[in-house]
Amino acid sequence: MMADTKFNIEYVAHLARIKLTEEEKVKFGAQLSTILNYMEKLRELDVSGVEPTSHPMPMLNVMRPDTPERGLDHSEAMKNAPLASNDLFIVPKIVE
Amino acid sequence: MLNRLSITEAIDGLNKKEFSSKELVQSCLDRIRKIDKDVNAFIWIDAEDALSQAEKADSERASGVKDKPLLGVPVAIKDLIAVKGHPLRCASKILDKFVSPYDATVIERLRQAGAVIFGRTNMDEFAMGSSTENSAFGATRNPWDFERTPGGSSGGSAAAVSADECIGSLGSDTGGSIRQPAAFCGCVGLKPTYGRVSRYGLVAYASSLDQIGPITKTVADAALLLKVIAGSDKRDSTCFAEPADDYPSKLNQPVKGIKIGVPKEYMVGGIDAHVRNSVQNAIKILENMGAIIEEISLPHTEYAIATYYIIATAEASANLARFDGVRYGLRVPGNDPIEMYCNTRGAGFGEEVKRRIILGTYVLSSGYYDAYYLYAQKVRTLIRKDFNDAFGKVDIILTPTCPAPAFRLGEKVADPLQMYLTDIFTISCNLAGICGISVPCGFTKTQPELPIGLQLLGKPMGEATILNVAHAFEQATDFHKKRPPLENKT
Repeated sequence: MMADTKFNIEYVAHLARIKLTEEEKVKFGAQLSTILNYMEKLRELDVSGVEPTSHPMPMLNVMRPDTPERGLDHSEAMKNAPLASNDLFIVPKIVE
Repeated sequence: MLNRLSITEAIDGLNKKEFSSKELVQSCLDRIRKIDKDVNAFIWIDAEDALSQAEKADSERASGVKDKPLLGVPVAIKDLIAVKGHPLRCASKILDKFVSPYDATVIERLRQAGAVIFGRTNMDEFAMGSSTENSAFGATRNPWDFERTPGGSSGGSAAAVSADECIGSLGSDTGGSIRQPAAFCGCVGLKPTYGRVSRYGLVAYASSLDQIGPITKTVADAALLLKVIAGSDKRDSTCFAEPADDYPSKLNQPVKGIKIGVPKEYMVGGIDAHVRNSVQNAIKILENMGAIIEEISLPHTEYAIATYYIIATAEASANLARFDGVRYGLRVPGNDPIEMYCNTRGAGFGEEVKRRIILGTYVLSSGYYDAYYLYAQKVRTLIRKDFNDAFGKVDIILTPTCPAPAFRLGEKVADPLQMYLTDIFTISCNLAGICGISVPCGFTKTQPELPIGLQLLGKPMGEATILNVAHAFEQATDFHKKRPPLENKT
């Protein structure tokens, strides 16, 4: 399966929620095309019938007793907020 | 000169009351003050905080505390491991003034063992890089040659140990980020088996590959630090249930009869002649000690880099979605939330992080998932199988840590793919989830001379075996005793 390596940098950067400068668009676009081209090397392999590995070690469900514990204090958890008021994060308006 | 001590030597001296922890910590602080303006291994240190931890250790020792194996020893921490009350920035602008509200599990364990949590070391932003040049706080320089990189991403942790600015350090390794800088700086660096050390409190880059591990002056020190930080953790469900082994007590086993595999794919063209000679010399030394050397094959080696940079960037694109300017760190305003995210991430992330998030987003995006991400996961299965097959025949695998010694600052910055290719020998270990150690095995015959690293790879949970062989090799050689020629420069 071959993939299209001419990708739309502007579109993918927006999917990733990253604003790029015009200069970055040109530079990253070219660099990422080269990198994706290199990755085509993987197509030399026959992976039919091969199971994907998502984790290096076989892990079963790990269970522990569901005992309540004290977490971070509210004030501790809010301490690093860029903008907060009344123990709430302040964000731009989402709905009119 | 207390700062030059290894962990083992420092503990010995502290126990014999030859010096105090406060003097030991002060000696490291003096060293930092003298040379870190050139090395730039530390991006934050609170001298008062370190000295007060040391004073506490001294009074505990005076009151007869004996069950703390690191009591009073300063350990430097890579800037992506959470330490309560210390800044946590992953060498990125996007974390801004973030101060960690809790301790990572490894930090809790270091504290329980009595260690002095010593500053924040420089790194490639979010551990993405192989040179510590991708830092918002400026590049770290290699103590052996200021014109060269210390490797990365744990370049600050390796340079700090190499330059005797601390006694030992912690780094993290996703594709070689402990072993490669350890090799470039002439230190010992251990990447534990995936699941051996808790990742709770480690800022995630690629969750199926990341592991925390020690960077030290000797193999015995790495064994000691690993014993302290390893073991199960209810807060990390990917962490093995088995308790940590007693690694230091297993260091003096005979090497005779141990089967060491040398993969033919790792000793081919493109390897620097100094590296090749040093590694071949190391093979001879181990053979003389009675190890059995066998040629093995890891046929999918050449596909490891492409596989890694698909899987790691995919995982990174998901993990770094949390940096959006809402709950912590930098915020660059926008008219709506989406614009705020885009502005914040555009301004807060450095170039390499942006590239990798965009690449990871692409390989996971609709229509490309099967062609890239799923495909790479299948190749990962083949790479794992290579190692399973090899470990059916041999006990450990020996390779160079890197194909060449430390490269020059700026040499590979403009060409990310060339930078990625330097990871060729370290990356498969993370994909397979096995353990690996880099130990000094020689120097280039150049001026100034540069350290060369030997990599030993072990079976899952086989840390005791690779530590034992690395220790035997270290004891038979004196490469680890050599210090960078910093005195003439500063």
